[in-house]
Amino acid sequence: MKQSAPVTISNARLVTPDGVHDGALTIENGKIASLGDLAAGEGETFDAKGQVLAPGLVDLGVFAIDKPAFHFGGITRAALMPDQSPPLDLPSRVSYISKSGKPDFWVHPLAAATRGLEGREIAEIALMRDAGAKGIATGRQWIADSGVMLRLLQYAAMLDLPVIAHAEDAALVGDAVATAGEYATRRGLPSAPAEAEAIAIARDLALADLAGARIHFRQVTTRAGLELIRKAKASGQSVTAGVTPAHFMLSDLATADFRTFARLSPPLRSEDDRQAVREAIADGTIDVVSSGHDPRGPEDKRLPYADAEPGMAGAETLLAMVLSLVLDDVIDLPRAFELVSTNPANLFEVKAGVLAEGYEADLALVDPDKPWVIQSARMAATAGNTPFDGQPTQGRVTALWKGGARIEL
Amino acid sequence: MAMTDTSPHAARYPAGAQAFPHRDLLGIGQLERHEILFLLDEAEQWVELNRQRTKHVDALAGLTIINAFFENSTRTLLSFEIAGKRLGADVVNMHAAQSSVKKGETLIDTAITLNAMRADAIVIRHGSSGATGLIADKVDCPVLNAGDGQHEHPTQALLDALALRHALRERGETANDFTGLTVVICGDILHSRVARSNLLCLQALGATVRLCAPPALMPAGIEAMGAEVFHDFDAALDGADVVMMLRLQTERMSGQFIPSAREYHHLYGLTKTRLAGAKDDTLVMHPGPMNRGVEIDSEVADMIDRSIITRQVEMGVAIRMACLDVLTRRARGVAGWGDAA
Repeated sequence: MKQSAPVTISNARLVTPDGVHDGALTIENGKIASLGDLAAGEGETFDAKGQVLAPGLVDLGVFAIDKPAFHFGGITRAALMPDQSPPLDLPSRVSYISKSGKPDFWVHPLAAATRGLEGREIAEIALMRDAGAKGIATGRQWIADSGVMLRLLQYAAMLDLPVIAHAEDAALVGDAVATAGEYATRRGLPSAPAEAEAIAIARDLALADLAGARIHFRQVTTRAGLELIRKAKASGQSVTAGVTPAHFMLSDLATADFRTFARLSPPLRSEDDRQAVREAIADGTIDVVSSGHDPRGPEDKRLPYADAEPGMAGAETLLAMVLSLVLDDVIDLPRAFELVSTNPANLFEVKAGVLAEGYEADLALVDPDKPWVIQSARMAATAGNTPFDGQPTQGRVTALWKGGARIEL
Repeated sequence: MAMTDTSPHAARYPAGAQAFPHRDLLGIGQLERHEILFLLDEAEQWVELNRQRTKHVDALAGLTIINAFFENSTRTLLSFEIAGKRLGADVVNMHAAQSSVKKGETLIDTAITLNAMRADAIVIRHGSSGATGLIADKVDCPVLNAGDGQHEHPTQALLDALALRHALRERGETANDFTGLTVVICGDILHSRVARSNLLCLQALGATVRLCAPPALMPAGIEAMGAEVFHDFDAALDGADVVMMLRLQTERMSGQFIPSAREYHHLYGLTKTRLAGAKDDTLVMHPGPMNRGVEIDSEVADMIDRSIITRQVEMGVAIRMACLDVLTRRARGVAGWGDAA
């Protein structure tokens, strides 16, 4: 599928690490051959008509491979969480998954940290690495046993794989489905204090430091948790943090009327925590914004709130939500793509996620002003469980290339 | 006694359905103060009827009421059943073990099934907060919440208000509401839908509400709902006009919330001595079932001049009759309440 004749995308606003530049970009053999103030060369030319050309999104930590939704959202690669049925805790499963999306979508499987994701026995991580796993994930849960977590981090450090952790103290959370506070109390929902996150982060940071491991917290959603990350970074520890748009767009107010589309893990937090997430995105404490894509049908969502499964279909709305931060002057355009493309690609050491010569030609052409309304019933995803249903937004992908090959949208 | 479908307090409320413009009764949180008073006033006629030898009218004759209880209940189910039957309706009870309907589409399917059987009102109790609202969205008839998880139990709060109003009137009080009254609710507030509904209802009627529990049984942020929070029961009782005791809902507890029942009684049990620290005429309430010797001593529960616990049960039937009557008026084509469905 990779084209051999060069393609030039002209008349584009190129989003590069050192700013946005008007110019053109040439693709050859699936890679970015050159970019900048180019004259049209040989081969095919694509007129970008002044739209934004950015690296395709690298979605770190999704729960399903849902190509139409990913392509709609400009996502060209995704790291798949091991929380599958059965879990990705064997090399054969990892190997199968790593080939599953090609050629027009690349899946980077995350190896289950423990067998069956049960948090007790470390899985065959080295074999899974060699089968294509780019990282290790604890899954939807925290590993409660500190001894297991330490040995896991030591092993990961030896294999030079990042550990992607879920930060919620399991004992404190119990069967909670909401953050403790006025709104959970009004609705009578089982809730846990937001501090469950900071407690988990504090322990895992200490253990990762001890082990010399690279750790990435997939979702940091509280002011206290972010403060711990900020301090660890300042001290030089190898730590990165992510979040999904839900936690910078919504607070626990969105769970009114028991709307299960707003049932997430970690649960939505207070308005103060939401502001803290926005500040952390602005000051660089948060490195990655991902979709957490987890399409869930009515059998999982049309239930009483506490019985519903957590998760949201986020692939289609990820870019628009991040671009809203640009409109709100929280970040600039290059920083937006650092969050959704460059940083996640760097975490897995794949040569993608940046507009630079020699990098994979995973490209998204974006009309950043195009208005549209998010509609649950009309999504490309396998299920429309979005907490942003009915919300007007702007910014849409108008063309997409994976490895230099154009993808029909 | 001649019963009519029109309000006996017509002058006090807007005409017809304006007085209670809700299809369902899902929680006190959805009600305005005047709507709560309307239901209480409506219930008075049924209190009177229930004290007659013949306790029956045909107001709801021909209607089918389904009591769908997904969680065990004795007194609430019985109370709703008696209420429906005294109004002349055909009442059917559906017991569904919580375990068999918890997962998958089954709850929605059950709702659709009940709807297809053309119930005229459905009374639901369910172990999950918000479940009754979910069912209400899927059916065409009025839905009454008989308790959903830890969220609301509106008819309990209404019957408590009615029982309290009767007790106060017997003392010569003439006020229609509870302005100036201090009510203590003590017990397992965290797991209690009764506490939440009562907090909303009592406050709407003007009372000051103090909540008392050990920290582990006090929900976070409840001050934001306007409650005064106490951990010391004696301090909470000081100057209280009413004390409402709640039982420990051990069936909802995962993990240990208190060291022992004995220790709980030591700190939070309502004893005669402790009650003496309140006012001379402080009223004692309990939504039942009581755990005598844990949250309340027998000698307090049975005090004739202070305890209104049995009156609460009595008022329960009247309140549920009022709710069933009011919510089915539209379907029955009562003048001013819209066309018959």
